Amino acid sequence: MSDTSDLKQTPLYELHVELGAKMVPFAGYSMPVQYAPGVMKEHLHTRAAAGVFDVSHMGQVILSGESWDHVARSFESLVPQDVLGLADGRQRYGFFTNESGGIADDLMFARRCETLFVVVNAACKDADVVRMRTALAPDIQVSEITDRALIALQGPRAGAVIAAMDVRADAMSFMDVADLTLDGVEVWASRSGYTGEDGFEISVSEEDAEQLTRALLAHEDVAPIGLGARDSLRLEAGLCLYGHDIDAATNPVEGALTWAIQKVRRTGGDRAGGFPGADVILPALESGASRKRVGLRPEGRAPMREGVEIFDAPEGGNVIGKVTSGGFGPTTGGPVAMGYVAIEHSQTGTSLWGEVRGKRLALRVAKLPFVAANFKR
Amino acid sequence: MKFTEEHEWLREEDGEMVVGITIHAAEQLGDVVFVELPDEGTTVSKDDEVVVIESVKAASDILAPVDGEITEVNAALTDNPAMVNDDPQGEAWFFKMTVSDPSQMDEFMDEAGYQKFIR
Repeated sequence: MSDTSDLKQTPLYELHVELGAKMVPFAGYSMPVQYAPGVMKEHLHTRAAAGVFDVSHMGQVILSGESWDHVARSFESLVPQDVLGLADGRQRYGFFTNESGGIADDLMFARRCETLFVVVNAACKDADVVRMRTALAPDIQVSEITDRALIALQGPRAGAVIAAMDVRADAMSFMDVADLTLDGVEVWASRSGYTGEDGFEISVSEEDAEQLTRALLAHEDVAPIGLGARDSLRLEAGLCLYGHDIDAATNPVEGALTWAIQKVRRTGGDRAGGFPGADVILPALESGASRKRVGLRPEGRAPMREGVEIFDAPEGGNVIGKVTSGGFGPTTGGPVAMGYVAIEHSQTGTSLWGEVRGKRLALRVAKLPFVAANFKR
Repeated sequence: MKFTEEHEWLREEDGEMVVGITIHAAEQLGDVVFVELPDEGTTVSKDDEVVVIESVKAASDILAPVDGEITEVNAALTDNPAMVNDDPQGEAWFFKMTVSDPSQMDEFMDEAGYQKFIR
């Protein structure tokens, strides 16, 4: 256990403590894992109204160069996504790949005029910045933004809360980005999140972060939500947690992320390949993979957590997979999990068994997400 | 009521011990979502893992506080694990057991001792 004095603090640290958060070390930061109501109530509140999350530990990076065309084409050398085709004011999900076709990190990237705004995972951000500085065209400026907080407001009431502060938010659909003025504060907002709900991720200067968060919390529908509920919300939404559900040894086909690789970057596309590991990923897109990430729904009440081995028989048989994320889904009202299974066992409805404390417990391969997405289209 | 360093409480009832976890332990665990109870009639030794309790955060074990036999379990917990958070030192007892060696009870704390222990 590292000394807590080594931990970095986000601009909202004092506010978390004031709100009674239980602070834990996470990716080098002291972060709120829960507030007084606890994970279950925080989760349910987010799905019923709106929750505010501090995600300032995540990396924010701006790429700029002589033109959008140049920036986008250069970024395409690191990701298998269509970057060039992104319209101004739009955001996309993507990932850095490595030479063996694995996923080095997953990310969101948005076009803001001629620049690319990239949000990456906290644990990977240093490596990601090095990767971009090393591999992008030398004239592209890679600016890590360290003086801005990142706040998410998520839930069915999020749209109304933000629109009441800046009516321009009403015109934003899922994955749109725009500059808004919230409580007198200039912010960069995207209509997106990590919960499966409608909502916003809001980049705000560190000086204004606390004021804005207090303004959001002043709304009767809004409560502070910790990382505990963030994890159960994203699990029910079927969203990957980097380092668990996907990693450097998982290729995007195995990770069931082929939807995030646009046609133009695939074999036969105008800008096919040209990203690390394309020689592995492009053929895999055609031929499939030997294992696949799927939803897993235990039939009993016992949660099946990360690391639980999955068998093809109630006794004997073979290990055919493993849970990569699992726990209790407060909205589903029972245990939910994600993991990898051999492709021949990956069909929805397949009966399998997870070994928990030496006992084989029944589960079924389930469709993701567990809770239907509630985005503003 | 007696308390253990493992955050269990024991209450004597008809010559047996009723066992549960403390309010402090329930708060630390967070929302309990799953409880697996032992079979009635199981002979246990002190520190055997007899109950599995899972919260939204993690799985934990509850250990047998003394040697003895499990005589009854609180089956209501299986269907309603949230009872553990609602009333840990009352309705949400886990099991009743006989005590083979009463001297094993000597080390347990009283309420005041336990409150001091968790401070």
